[in-house]
Amino acid sequence: MPPARAAIDPKLLEILVCPLTKGPLRYVPDQQELVSEQAGLAYPIRDGIPIMLAEEARELEDNER
Amino acid sequence: MTESNPPFDRRLLRQRRNRAATRQGTHGFLFVEAATRLADRLADVRRDFPLALDLGAHDGPVRQALADRAPDQIGQLIETDLAEAMVRRTNGPAAVADEEALPFAANSVDLILSCCSLHWVNDLPGTLTQIQAALKPDGLFLAVLFGGETLTELRQAWLAAEAAVAGGVSPRVAPFIDLQTAAGLLQRAGFAMPVADIDRTDVTYGEALSLMRDLRDMGESNILHERRRYPTGRRTLLAAASHYQDMFAGDDGRLPATFELIFLTGWKPAATQPKPLRPGSAAARLADALDTTERPAGDLAAPKMRT
Repeated sequence: MPPARAAIDPKLLEILVCPLTKGPLRYVPDQQELVSEQAGLAYPIRDGIPIMLAEEARELEDNER
Repeated sequence: MTESNPPFDRRLLRQRRNRAATRQGTHGFLFVEAATRLADRLADVRRDFPLALDLGAHDGPVRQALADRAPDQIGQLIETDLAEAMVRRTNGPAAVADEEALPFAANSVDLILSCCSLHWVNDLPGTLTQIQAALKPDGLFLAVLFGGETLTELRQAWLAAEAAVAGGVSPRVAPFIDLQTAAGLLQRAGFAMPVADIDRTDVTYGEALSLMRDLRDMGESNILHERRRYPTGRRTLLAAASHYQDMFAGDDGRLPATFELIFLTGWKPAATQPKPLRPGSAAARLADALDTTERPAGDLAAPKMRT
């Protein structure tokens, strides 16, 4: 297996949008998540790989919106 | 099947690809072949692309082929796949993404490649529209997907076997897009200078079961929603293998398997691209260029008789 990719690639981060709304994403480094306010979803980043699937995303709590 | 039911079970495809990512072996040779041809076509385009995507990248045959056949043409390549286990086997920046819901901003990349993945997309017009949107103006889309008569022998062998043994047929081999439809979809998605063409690959197998095993190991086995939901009996499986043998074996006893690769090329429109001139706007006479005399319209040239 290739070495773990610790951080998300900056160029990739720049062009990613929410796959459902095509709206902007907020990068939360501490949680390693990409938050789509419009969709109410947080997409996980695992070993630097963003998982841009709605079924893998966490639904935002009310106080996160 | 009604129109509201998509033909392909993409969730199952994701499972199949995740599982296929754990298998080592030579079954990926078709992806490697297709990726090589794709890279050769890119090399023919005399242009550099600072930022490129490979959609449905599997474990990275396109990155490898580009390194071999079109080095330095791409600044940075980002690979995506529906399956996380696949993406983890690639070597550069990568994302898990569904080709049906692309996570890329409009006008953000210079080149979008895809090798042997778009044949499993339920809504190809929608995917092409999203691809077109993600490209920068004058950006290039270059893809290869299975189409046309792909696996026609296997389809016929299964039909014969199921009719004879299982008492009823079920869809075993996915419907593939044909060339004309593909070309039309490119145009509909708003690509400039759209081109679709077909490239055959002839593969032969010693026995039909090896072909079926390869398809499984490639993560390419049946994901049709309408598929039979219980396991295929051994009798049906062997009947299919034997029908394949009887119907298609060549003189040398080997079994041909047709794979048709449909190549799609299209550009995102841009003001700088060549366009046909307005009729009547010519600055030079055609007759001068041809060094001949111009005849008025309607004054037909006399047919020349051969003596």
